Amino acid sequence: MKSFTYERVATPAAATAAFARAPGARFIAGGTNLLDLMKLEIETPAHLIDVSRLSLDKIEKTDDGGLRIGAMVRNTDLASDARVRRDYGLLSRALVAGASGQLRNKATTAGNLLQRTRCPYFYDTNQPCNKRRPGSGCAAIGGFNRLHAVVGASEACIATHPSDMAVAMRALDAVVETVDAAGKARAIPLSGFYRAPGATPHLETVLAPGELITAVTLPRPVGGTHIYHKVRDRASYAFALISVGAIVQKDGSGRVALGGVGYQPWRVEAAEAELPRGAKAVTAGLLAGAKTTHENAYKLPLVERTLAGVLAQARG
Amino acid sequence: MQTPEEFEVSRRGVLVGGAASVATATLVPAGPAMAAPTPVPPPTAKVAFSVNGQAHELELDTRVSLLDALREHLHLTGTKKGCDHGQCGACTVIADGRRINSCLTLAVMHEGEKITTIEGLGTPDRMHAMQDAFVVHDGYQCGYCTPGQICSAVAVLGEIAAGVPSHVTADLTAKPKVTPAELRERMSGNICRCGAYSNIIDAIVDVAGAKT
Ligand SMILES: Cc1cc2nc3c(=O)[nH]c(=O)nc-3n(C[C@H](O)[C@H](O)[C@H](O)COP(=O)(O)OP(=O)(O)OC[C@H]3O[C@@H](n4cnc5c(N)ncnc54)[C@H](O)[C@@H]3O)c2cc1C
Ligand code: SF4
Repeated sequence: MKSFTYERVATPAAATAAFARAPGARFIAGGTNLLDLMKLEIETPAHLIDVSRLSLDKIEKTDDGGLRIGAMVRNTDLASDARVRRDYGLLSRALVAGASGQLRNKATTAGNLLQRTRCPYFYDTNQPCNKRRPGSGCAAIGGFNRLHAVVGASEACIATHPSDMAVAMRALDAVVETVDAAGKARAIPLSGFYRAPGATPHLETVLAPGELITAVTLPRPVGGTHIYHKVRDRASYAFALISVGAIVQKDGSGRVALGGVGYQPWRVEAAEAELPRGAKAVTAGLLAGAKTTHENAYKLPLVERTLAGVLAQARG
Repeated sequence: MQTPEEFEVSRRGVLVGGAASVATATLVPAGPAMAAPTPVPPPTAKVAFSVNGQAHELELDTRVSLLDALREHLHLTGTKKGCDHGQCGACTVIADGRRINSCLTLAVMHEGEKITTIEGLGTPDRMHAMQDAFVVHDGYQCGYCTPGQICSAVAVLGEIAAGVPSHVTADLTAKPKVTPAELRERMSGNICRCGAYSNIIDAIVDVAGAKT
């Protein structure tokens, strides 16, 4: 690990001011992704700004009947919150499907959204990787790419976003609240938060350098049956091959978001109109234009069959 | 014939000689034309926390993980380093009542916290009920993952009592129960290379049963 200086900040304003003094610094929250990458020298910040003790650790009701989840709320606490369990069950389910009890005790809302891909070539510093070293090429295209994206990928990168939590948040129409170095706040719908890889896969979100996530808000509960089905290589403690997050209403309408298929949680609102016609029709809309490799083509039927199972479960 | 003492002396001599020749080698290019860069010591930071009820103040290289602080600086070697990437759970300790992977967190981030390691749960003479149950049920073979398994198991029972749901909890709005299926899922962050899993679950069930 490269050496770095360290400071702990007490307010969001102090966090962004610290970044302004040390451009190239990184915020550290739970540290479970950043430190992992620093040990491998994939991330090499010269300065760390510890935001883990900011008082952004509360879950509060919003004026319009939704929830504001502080950026530093631990994944365990979010999954356990009584309102989340009752009204946003999909979020609870997605959280407890991810990582381990130990990791969820440390991992935060903001850190989870910003965790980086698990593409094995991104992790192997001997390999070309446009995301890790822009312009070096992509070892996954033409390499082992069983885990990689089938939608939204580019000639430069076919990595997936690994978060389970983000899939639920996308289905729940979450909005990310931030504050930038100048103290300006903004609200970014999760649907427009992640950037498509295009020619610049190292730029993963629309956040500006030093922009701090302060909270994620959820609109008022939508009811329905909430199901998160994660398909993985072992029964627990593994990243998703694909996952299906769904909210299904009594009349058969609903919402569907997918994990493990693209650079962001994948939701196509227009495809949801097909829900009463079943999984095949919805999947056709969701994965329209999919581009597969010889190793990851299995993801298309896997999504359709998993969704069929989820819809059957929702019907009871 | 060399006596052990003579051998010690000559071995030390070799080591000293070795160090000296290394020093010479590094001095060679440092002529007046090419000043040797003054090595910058790595940044450090102070941190105070308590471990197993004992207060500690340390000044550490900022890179030191909580795991390395415990093992290398406080010499509490019960906590084990397995993968050092949060994947195996051997480094599990309890910080302010929560189980965490001590390898994926910086020591300097734990200011003011109360850390419990396997040494703090119990001693060979006065074992924690979970340590005792692991012995009774043979919940290990090589024992390397055991401290992490036990710290994790103790915290798991606390998490179930606090109502934290898991991936296998059928009803999210009901209180989770202590069942073997719940324990297996909740312990999945602790890998056992010897495969002592079934005995580990028996040990935890035993402790949970004794408590309820
Ligand atoms: C073995 C293992 C298995 C895992 N399995 C899963 C899994 O199955 N599913 C899953 O979803 N995840 C999984 N994870 C990933 C885990 O969920 C993430 O590591 C975690 O959510 C990251 O949160 P953190 O708070 O620790 O982030 P950190 O590591 O602290 O930070 C991550 C990034 O976010 C930035 N950041 C943090 N806070 C802010 C803020 N407030 N504003 C702006 N930037 C910020 C940091 O600068 C950094 O770039 C796994 C991780 C490990 C190690
Ligand atoms: S898929 Fe993306 S992350 Fe993986 S090697 Fe290619 S460029 Fe890197």
